[in-house]
Amino acid sequence: MSHRGAASGAPVREFHMEIFGVPSALLGSQLLVGLINGSFYAILSLGLAIIFGLLNIINFAHGAQYMMGAFVAWIALTKFGINYWVSLLLAPIVVGALGVVIERTMLRRLYKLDHLYGLLLTFGLALIFEGIFRDQYGISGQSYEVPELLQGGVNLGFMFLPIYRAWIVVAALTVCFGTWFMIEKTKLGSYLRAGTENPQMVQALGINVPLLITFTYGYGVALAAFAGVLAAPVYQVNPLMGSNLIIVVFAVVVIGGMGSIMGSIVTGLGLGLIEGLTRVFYPEGSAVVVFIIMVIVLLVRPAGLFGKT
Amino acid sequence: MNNNSMFARATPYLFGALFVIGLIAPFAVYPTFLMKILCFGLFACAFNLLLGFAGLLSFGHAAFLGTAGYVCGMLVRDVGVTPEIGIIGGTVVAGLLGWVFGVLAIRRTGIYFAMITLALSQMVYFLVLQVKATGGEDGLQGVPRGNLFGIIDLSNNISMYYLVFAVFCIGFFIIYRTINSPFGEILKAIRENEPRAISLGYDVAKFKLLAFIISASLAGMAGATKTLVFQLASLTDVHWHMSGEVVLMTLLGGLGTVLGPLIGAATVVSLQTQLADSVGSWVTVIMGVIFVLCVLLFRRGIVGELQALIQRAGIR
Repeated sequence: MSHRGAASGAPVREFHMEIFGVPSALLGSQLLVGLINGSFYAILSLGLAIIFGLLNIINFAHGAQYMMGAFVAWIALTKFGINYWVSLLLAPIVVGALGVVIERTMLRRLYKLDHLYGLLLTFGLALIFEGIFRDQYGISGQSYEVPELLQGGVNLGFMFLPIYRAWIVVAALTVCFGTWFMIEKTKLGSYLRAGTENPQMVQALGINVPLLITFTYGYGVALAAFAGVLAAPVYQVNPLMGSNLIIVVFAVVVIGGMGSIMGSIVTGLGLGLIEGLTRVFYPEGSAVVVFIIMVIVLLVRPAGLFGKT
Repeated sequence: MNNNSMFARATPYLFGALFVIGLIAPFAVYPTFLMKILCFGLFACAFNLLLGFAGLLSFGHAAFLGTAGYVCGMLVRDVGVTPEIGIIGGTVVAGLLGWVFGVLAIRRTGIYFAMITLALSQMVYFLVLQVKATGGEDGLQGVPRGNLFGIIDLSNNISMYYLVFAVFCIGFFIIYRTINSPFGEILKAIRENEPRAISLGYDVAKFKLLAFIISASLAGMAGATKTLVFQLASLTDVHWHMSGEVVLMTLLGGLGTVLGPLIGAATVVSLQTQLADSVGSWVTVIMGVIFVLCVLLFRRGIVGELQALIQRAGIR
């Protein structure tokens, strides 16, 4: 068995425990990578789901907005010396504000048309964003240092846990459950859910639905940018970092169905873990395992695991 | 009504004129450029059959173009068959792949349909990247054009052009006949009002699947031919950017018009050729801007706007 886990910088040889003939450190570190990817899937598919719920469009620019979140953090640090913690708040606000502008000036004109036009518009926007950053920064990645507070790691006895990686999972899950709480348990959330069901009726009750829509798009985009900042220290900050990720997230959304907020979170995490396991037992299959699961789900339960038929 | 019959009467003359232009074009314009336009034109026409006439947005058509290109390249280079067999082989494999995609994707509609086709084509991309026979990152290089039917040497650009032109005409004829058949009418009915088509007793899933397979096969035919022209099958042909490009060509030319996709393909290919030298990496940005402008202001596309203009002139 090859020691792929060594790439993550963990001192693999210290641990001798084996599970199913796989060194526990390798299994542990790949599961952790899976959990991290799963956190990104969860936060991105959650954003897609709430945008889809109210706007009925699929935000193809989601991957590009995730990438821009990472770049805002990187530029803030290298050009202005703004640290990670400020960026964690700043990047979602900047990119979310750009999202608000996009919604007000462009997406708004498309609501009366076929929903596919929203997909096409955001696809064009994704090309523009990606192209601009590619022209400015090339396709080689920029590195972003792990903030001082989260450097180092803990020896768990069966594996080595880098603190920053644990932080990603905690932060992503906190934001996911915070969003779930806001939508399911607060007054604003109840407007949102009502708007998803019947926007005309909600408008008639005196609630400003267009404003609600703008806010929702901005919030969904801000979630993507937040994920981008979280990703900056572990992945290279790269103009193309979002485009391949977003297609996997689309598959995640097809598997889970976009009807349920909790469903998006659970599906995202679960698929990340499955992907991590595949990387241990059959590395060649890890790039396609999510797509294969999508095919199986389509055959068995076409509406998706949490979808309404 | 009057205007429609006017279009119908003008159509044979228009097609005749275009056919003649197609025959003499390689003596006026660089043939490789023309062949590229015709390959992408057929690709876009095949795509338009699905989106423009059946209302199904596939975001994974690069899989058919690319896979057929690889199959044709391997058949011609590694097995040593003649080019026409290579093209037929590529077309058949693309059709089979289209059947698989179709069976899965038509289980969902609208936006999900687009996402499923995109995800499936990404899976094809990864497979092509990992399988050794495709050459991975390098692609399939040095594909010989060979001799058509074992007789006509295709290394001559003019003879190659006429093969490409013939392939385009065959593909275009198939699409034109499909659109103007009872089958095509049912597709339009499904596009306009699916529940009504179902209530009229049509097996909607079967019609969609058939349209998907025809579209995939013809996209494959374009891809296989393109591999022979450039003697290369590469990863860019299976990448999702290519799936996006064919949407742009169709949208720019005119969704649901017969000639729009060809015009759109010609415009996009010319733009890319012109811009590649002068602006370099800004090509992607400019393509994105055109996409956004098309969606916001210009949804009928070039041919659609022209038709609307002629119609308005006719009423006055």
